[in-house]
Amino acid sequence: MRRTPLYEDHVAAGARMVEFAGWQMPVQYNSIVAEHHAVRRAAGLFDVSHMGEVELTGPGAEAACARLFANDARSLAVGRAQYSMIANPRGGLIDDIIVYRLGAERFLVCVNASNAAADLAWIREHESGSCTITDRSDATALIAIQGPEAVAIVAMLAPAAQALVRFGVGELQIAGVRALAARTGYTGEDGFELFVDAGAATTVWRTLLERGGERGLIPCGLGARDTLRLEAALPLYGHELGPDTSPFEARIGWAVKLNRPDMIGYQALSAAAAGAVRRKLVGFFVEGGIAREGAPVFAAGSAAGDAAERAVGNVTSGSHSPTLGRAVAMALIEIDAGAGPFEIEVRGKRRSAVVTNLPFYVKRA
Amino acid sequence: MEIPDDLHYTKEHEWVRVEPDGTVTIGITDYAQEQLGDIVFVELPKPDDETFVLKDEAFAVVESVKAASDVYSPITGKVIESNDDLPDNPNAINEDPYGDGWLVRLEPKNVDDVEDLMTSEEYEELVEGLED
Repeated sequence: MRRTPLYEDHVAAGARMVEFAGWQMPVQYNSIVAEHHAVRRAAGLFDVSHMGEVELTGPGAEAACARLFANDARSLAVGRAQYSMIANPRGGLIDDIIVYRLGAERFLVCVNASNAAADLAWIREHESGSCTITDRSDATALIAIQGPEAVAIVAMLAPAAQALVRFGVGELQIAGVRALAARTGYTGEDGFELFVDAGAATTVWRTLLERGGERGLIPCGLGARDTLRLEAALPLYGHELGPDTSPFEARIGWAVKLNRPDMIGYQALSAAAAGAVRRKLVGFFVEGGIAREGAPVFAAGSAAGDAAERAVGNVTSGSHSPTLGRAVAMALIEIDAGAGPFEIEVRGKRRSAVVTNLPFYVKRA
Repeated sequence: MEIPDDLHYTKEHEWVRVEPDGTVTIGITDYAQEQLGDIVFVELPKPDDETFVLKDEAFAVVESVKAASDVYSPITGKVIESNDDLPDNPNAINEDPYGDGWLVRLEPKNVDDVEDLMTSEEYEELVEGLED
């Protein structure tokens, strides 16, 4: 089981540690709900050092990114980031990623921990040989600070933080440590993701907690990260996304740019963009319990034995929404399943599920 | 970790209190609520003349953000009251597991059955073993 450079800090803070993608990670320090509210109302600090970082450098790096990733990395200015994906030739996904352009010939790709090894193997296998591929994962810690107070907290330590625009990326000095700061995140709130050398992670982590405390900053675990991203309807690989799910089913087709016929998955993604998809991702309010991942979705009123009995889809993520105070779920359902009403099976019982617009939560401007 | 010594316990982390009128109140322990984390949903049996729960049978569900958990009845009896405040305030189980967080009150088939349950000392030993 792998540990991040902040493992000892988490244990000392009384975090409950769980296994996630081969890593020992904090799921909560005290209360998932309290940590969730802290991020919506003030700020939360997350150790996401388990995520992988891959760098592509050299004269051919831009062309390699353009071929390997579904969004168009060529359109990225230096100092900007974009949400993207690694598609397979079937138009499904190997991973969803963030691509940061750090120089004309230098791209940093942040990948999911659960896919990091597969991503790296795929990139190495399909890269044409015209760029250098470096796995930075072990040498890099990633700390996310998220919430309405996040920018002000980072700016106390590094005033230049204020100047970074949304999806901008640049260097900051935080407590004497050089950090690559990106104004990105996975919570539906403003904030930064800070890439720092693994050896400097504790300095940045402790300084942020110390200085940010007065503005309500607390450490947050993966439990709150999951409820926050669910409210914001941000997909999670292995749940909403997978090798057999199209980005056009999972509401991220906007990040697929079909302007490079040599890009991997181009034909299948073009067909999906033109409407060749089987399913759609929808949001539900669920009554009478929490519909968990995998729970089948039915057309309401159908009973066992009915022709309509067949499930029209399955829940991909379901939890309690602390902000809304009710059970919410995202589900992939058949595209012609109609407008409902629907029922979802919760612990063996059919429960009413009302379709609602995604995301469940939108940050106030 | 609070383990009041005037209650009876089960290895599934329920507690039972014998009331002066011979009825019993049932809830989940401090250890159980801490393991579950923030409780956000509770499903309880409705009290009426026909609602019996059987010893070792699941009679209620408590759900935290991360997981759902069945609650097993420590004793056989008729449900005479459910904690009506819990559906709107399930967090009471986290805040006060032996007080406001109680689940149901039963009229036991045989109140002596509680003697088969664990004492607070026995339960404390069990929990200490789990925490090692």
